[in-house]
Amino acid sequence: MIEVERLSKRYRGAEAVRDVTFRCAPGTVTGFLGPNGAGKSTTMRMICGLTPPSDGAATVLGRPYRRIANPGRHVGVLLDAAAQHAGRSGREVLALTARTVGVEQRRVGEMLEAVGLPAKAARRRVGAYSLGMRQRLGLAQALIGDPKVLILDEPANGLDPEGIFWMRSLLRGFADRGGTVLLSSHLLREVEAVADRFVVIAGGRIAAQGAKEELLGDASGVLVRATDPAALHAALAGARLPSRPDGTGAYLVQGSAEAAGHAAARAGVVLTELRQANGNGLEELFLTLTHGATR
Amino acid sequence: MTATLTRPATAHADLAEPPRPSLARLTAVELRKTTDTRSGRWLLILVALTAVAMMPVVLYTAPKGEQSLGEFFVAAQLGVGLLLPVLGILAVTTEWSQRTMLSTCLLVPDRHRVVAAKLLGGAVLGAGFALAGLAAAVLGRAAGGLLGRSGGGWTVEPSLVATVLLFAVASVLMGTAFGMLFMNTPLAVVLYFLLPTLWSTLGAMVGRLEGTAKWLDTHRTLDALTHPGVTSGEWARVAASLAVWLLLPLAAGTVRLARREVK
Repeated sequence: MIEVERLSKRYRGAEAVRDVTFRCAPGTVTGFLGPNGAGKSTTMRMICGLTPPSDGAATVLGRPYRRIANPGRHVGVLLDAAAQHAGRSGREVLALTARTVGVEQRRVGEMLEAVGLPAKAARRRVGAYSLGMRQRLGLAQALIGDPKVLILDEPANGLDPEGIFWMRSLLRGFADRGGTVLLSSHLLREVEAVADRFVVIAGGRIAAQGAKEELLGDASGVLVRATDPAALHAALAGARLPSRPDGTGAYLVQGSAEAAGHAAARAGVVLTELRQANGNGLEELFLTLTHGATR
Repeated sequence: MTATLTRPATAHADLAEPPRPSLARLTAVELRKTTDTRSGRWLLILVALTAVAMMPVVLYTAPKGEQSLGEFFVAAQLGVGLLLPVLGILAVTTEWSQRTMLSTCLLVPDRHRVVAAKLLGGAVLGAGFALAGLAAAVLGRAAGGLLGRSGGGWTVEPSLVATVLLFAVASVLMGTAFGMLFMNTPLAVVLYFLLPTLWSTLGAMVGRLEGTAKWLDTHRTLDALTHPGVTSGEWARVAASLAVWLLLPLAAGTVRLARREVK
């Protein structure tokens, strides 16, 4: 269980995160989406007590992260796979974590196996690891204390397609057994298949959130593009067709292709594109929601 | 395969259990961190080697009658003392440069406990090297005996061992405090060696600062700890200089470390 309540972070006047509120329930995987620089990492650091919020609060399992006695045993966190001592071996990183949180050293070998790091690779220095191997090591580090909550920032970065598939099934299994997962990504495709819920953030604010079906449903309708976007917008409004810009110069219209075509024809607007918008599913929505805020 | 390994408990968790890691365990982890990388191990070996390297210096330069075990012990410590602060500095600054502070603070959110563990670990290292210096001194004196170069006694005053131990521990802790305050290896190292000496240089140039220099240059004040029979005046200077170069940076460094955003 993760609860985020009106979190805000200001840096010398610049707002990195503003008024972010969401909740992750046990048994679910929440995809935390947004373009680079949207405030995902800052929000996650605030949840984990690494960055003091300017406003608002966050709790994990009902308590602020920093007030959990031995957080490594309840919450598994991977915020940056590159943040490891380059000279330490992968096995040693896990051994130190196991020692700190107080689990048996036997878990080290188990975790290496669970994330698919062969013993030979585990003896090598982390500096020689690929990003994908570091992600696997970071995931092992997050899982070693047998947590109930996982907070992962861009865990799919650097993983090959097989690795992404493996991680999906691992996270799905974790959630299906009652765990709570929050994972961020700037690529919708990476999390679309595994997440039940999405929180989309852009420009430091929540742009949309909800269950996958809700958000996908929202993207139904048609996409219309014209040589003169302003005239198209007026024509759609004149025909009482609800529309909103998709951020690339086209409009997403709640209605049929025929209705949109008629509206354009009546106004003499030249269309260059007219098609079902839900072909790209969440991706279109993602682009729509994030484009305006990052401009 | 992973099913049994990553089983999340669904029942309401008691977040006070398991208890937070004890300070003893955190200290042991800190000590392990100083030895589990190749660069870390080499640094420790280098520090130990400086103690050994000082032995021939005594053997071939000191008058035969003065080559006692105590003399070798003090010489060993002079070598070690130069590098001990660097151990303290690196224990903190590498956490920032290698970005391991992220995992450290995630596992131990109370950063004051991170500081306490680093100080305790540093104290253990300092004491360990003081004793290693004693071992090097025994070897040095034995070699001197075999070579017929050492005529001094096989004794060392217990009070000298105690003050050298204090010197070693204070050296590491000053480094740790500087590392916490400046959070950057080159900056902390340069300032650590420069700032106390600056007082001596200024003292030599500006007559009115001469008195202050005698009290604040740790290179001078702490030197008294490596000689038998520390006077009360020398103790006062040790205390004053440690207050300025250990306690102040430690207090400011603790505040900085507790407040800094960890990325």
